[in-house]
Amino acid sequence: MKSKKLTQNPLFLPLVCVLLVLAVNAVYDLSQGKAFYEFFITVINDQGLLTGRLVTILNRGSEVAILAIGMTLVVSASAGTDISVGSVMSLCASFCCMLVAGFGVSSVDDVAIPRLLLGLLGALVMGCICGAFNGTLVAYLNIQPMVATLILWSAARAIGLLLCNNLIVYVRTDAYGVFGGYIGFLPTPILIAAVCIAVVSLVLKKTAMGMYIQSVGINKKASRIAGLNSKRIIFMCYLLCGLCAGIAGIVASSRITSADSNNIGLNMELDAILAVALGGNSLGGGKFNLAGSIIGAYTIQAITTTMYNLGVSSAVAPVFKAVVVIVIVVIQAPPVKNWVRKHTAARPAAGKEAAHA
Amino acid sequence: MENNVVLTMRGISMTFPGVKALDNVDFTLRKGEIHALMGENGAGKSTLIKCLTGINDFEAGEIRVDGVEGTVKNHSTQDAQSVGISTVYQEVNLCPNLSVAENLYIGREPMTAFHTIDRKTMMKKADELVKRLDIKVDVTQNLENYSLAIQQMIAIARASDMDCKVLILDEPTSSLDDGEVEKLFKVMNQLKEEGVGIIFVTHFLEQVYAVCDRITVLRNGTLVGEYPIADLPRVKLVAAMMGKDFDDLASIKPEGFEAQKDTPMEIEARGLSHKGTIKPFDLDIRKGEVIGLTGLLGSGRSELARSIYGADRAQTGTLKVAGKEAKISQPLDAMNLGMGLLPDDRKAEGIIGDLSVRENIILAMQAKRGMFRQLSRAKQEEIADEYIRLLQIKTATRETPIKQLSGGNQQKAILARWLATDPDFLILDEPTRGIDIGTKTEIQKLIIQLSQQGKSIMFISSEIEEMLRTCNRMAVLRDGAKVGELEGELTQERVMAAIAGGADNEK
Repeated sequence: MKSKKLTQNPLFLPLVCVLLVLAVNAVYDLSQGKAFYEFFITVINDQGLLTGRLVTILNRGSEVAILAIGMTLVVSASAGTDISVGSVMSLCASFCCMLVAGFGVSSVDDVAIPRLLLGLLGALVMGCICGAFNGTLVAYLNIQPMVATLILWSAARAIGLLLCNNLIVYVRTDAYGVFGGYIGFLPTPILIAAVCIAVVSLVLKKTAMGMYIQSVGINKKASRIAGLNSKRIIFMCYLLCGLCAGIAGIVASSRITSADSNNIGLNMELDAILAVALGGNSLGGGKFNLAGSIIGAYTIQAITTTMYNLGVSSAVAPVFKAVVVIVIVVIQAPPVKNWVRKHTAARPAAGKEAAHA
Repeated sequence: MENNVVLTMRGISMTFPGVKALDNVDFTLRKGEIHALMGENGAGKSTLIKCLTGINDFEAGEIRVDGVEGTVKNHSTQDAQSVGISTVYQEVNLCPNLSVAENLYIGREPMTAFHTIDRKTMMKKADELVKRLDIKVDVTQNLENYSLAIQQMIAIARASDMDCKVLILDEPTSSLDDGEVEKLFKVMNQLKEEGVGIIFVTHFLEQVYAVCDRITVLRNGTLVGEYPIADLPRVKLVAAMMGKDFDDLASIKPEGFEAQKDTPMEIEARGLSHKGTIKPFDLDIRKGEVIGLTGLLGSGRSELARSIYGADRAQTGTLKVAGKEAKISQPLDAMNLGMGLLPDDRKAEGIIGDLSVRENIILAMQAKRGMFRQLSRAKQEEIADEYIRLLQIKTATRETPIKQLSGGNQQKAILARWLATDPDFLILDEPTRGIDIGTKTEIQKLIIQLSQQGKSIMFISSEIEEMLRTCNRMAVLRDGAKVGELEGELTQERVMAAIAGGADNEK
């Protein structure tokens, strides 16, 4: 009976996916003569920084995890995806660096803290503006989410480039680099992602926002009759999604202490959407599970890191990644789920075994 | 086949899974007549039309069309068109971005010797066609430049030009205003003169008496009868549609309590309207009063209620709630004034299917509190449990998704949602539809109980008996307008006479 409860947990399948990736790692490590728990070995190296494969994944996966928060809400409320987040990341990064360095300046080495704060604030505001733009189109003008966000998908990156006067703007100060670097021994992006996740989770728990969003996503008309302002709720989700893109943009830009408009956040919207799907959320809107999306985000990063670890060249890595994603998505497909459920119902012992694996 | 008959359908039967949709139905259409096909929703009007146009595959019976050897069995609308049966639906199925002429001849354009479209001839023929039917349009203009009524007429012109013997108009007037309807009738009469047989499906009684020559009434998939228009006055038509023999109606005395005369006003509506659904109306409702809205389906009952509640924002008029001027632009405004609306379409506007019974029950209460003042989980569970017990909602647990409940239990949960908000004015639109008889009685009792607590109730139901049992007063609606109120002793006869209205009501 216990196994049945476990398989019905919405996080069951996303966790199985993580285990799958970990298993691949373990097998590889064993074949290389290392310990099977190599993956989890975390040490503080000679420079006093936390390192290890797990740390790398958590660190590198931060941006997608942050984007996945906003994307989950957008998908739930509007049954559509915000494909502009990657471009908006780039725009926010460019705007931030432009504010810090000044227009037309290609590189600064020394920046006053107030100026830096202005840049960071600017990036967040820019993220909110982009989110509000998408939200207005989707919620109030009833434009399909894909089409509405396509505008900024193509335009935001270019606007960022314009703001930077077609340059890659460098902000070479430690104060800026810290957001993509380390605080003490801990990689800052992990901390930022953790704070974002904690804040949103807390809001979802302490307010009725989660129920509002799901209610609107499941039945917009009925929600309106029951007194919810469906349009405003959808708008709010897009706004939050834009803000998340702004935060992710700062992290990505800080890692390279510059605003590389052409590369920051490139194709990252697709990873964010994939994270939501891997987390077991329906892209048709309605019920959502934020924890699932976060797990999904880190799973994607784990796959990538594992690929490099296995020595797969970066040129062919996407092919392997695709194969893994296919497997994960198929496992979660309703017909397969039903088949498994039938199977485990007939042979409860087998179900228990699978659950303990 | 008789000389003047263009279409006969004999013994048509058809079954949908679990339902006998049509049972041995006959229908006869003569040359140059406008024949109304009447019946309440689910009576089988659309099913019969679909059998004729080849969308439905009927199981038994035969169809004969004048000029076609043997029986006709259509398998597609193209088949139907080839034997001279054309249909114009409620929604216009034309291309708004093409010109009127192109729409008229799309798919059958006149060609030149070089196999290109002969635009000149097309324009000329199109112009002649619209002139013949007295439709005032420029055929070179795009269709989207014209009103819905004109578009509807272009669709009819197109249908009538395709060597049409039988023209089916399925609810063509539901989105038109009075003036537009007049124009449409002119075109219909023109076609009638030309000998086309027209089947007119509508739920507007006035319109039936304005243009039709004959009426066929269906009820629950069976034929009630075919009548010349003069032999079937409105009251009898309503009785035929509802399945009550008018002369035999036993008058049921309303039980319970007297109309409230001296309590203060809860709702005072003046000239409220919503374009296309409900014409301006005045309505007063006192505290503790149960007012019934009656009329046929589609008469504007739900729409009247929705315009008060802000579900369809009223475009004209003023509303006072408990004596104070109120501005309602969305349902939440109405809720904050103490209103609640249980919508008639439970699936589309009532339940939030994937959410639990608990969440569905507390949703409106939470919405009133606002997003940031969340009800504690313990409080939510307490409220949910209380109403599950009070209304005897049958559910596995309070966390079961509501879509897994039966229709009646879903309805109770939605009712619980509104009771939880402790409303002063509760609108119940068909609260007992699809509910077993025991639950129906419970809901009726609940209505009386609420009114005794001083709450005002607006009750809409297709079942007159049920309204007679609970209402103090009734407002009567017909064709999207409030046409009167009934007070004092309410009887089925009075109500049905009022629903039918017109000349019969005057005597």
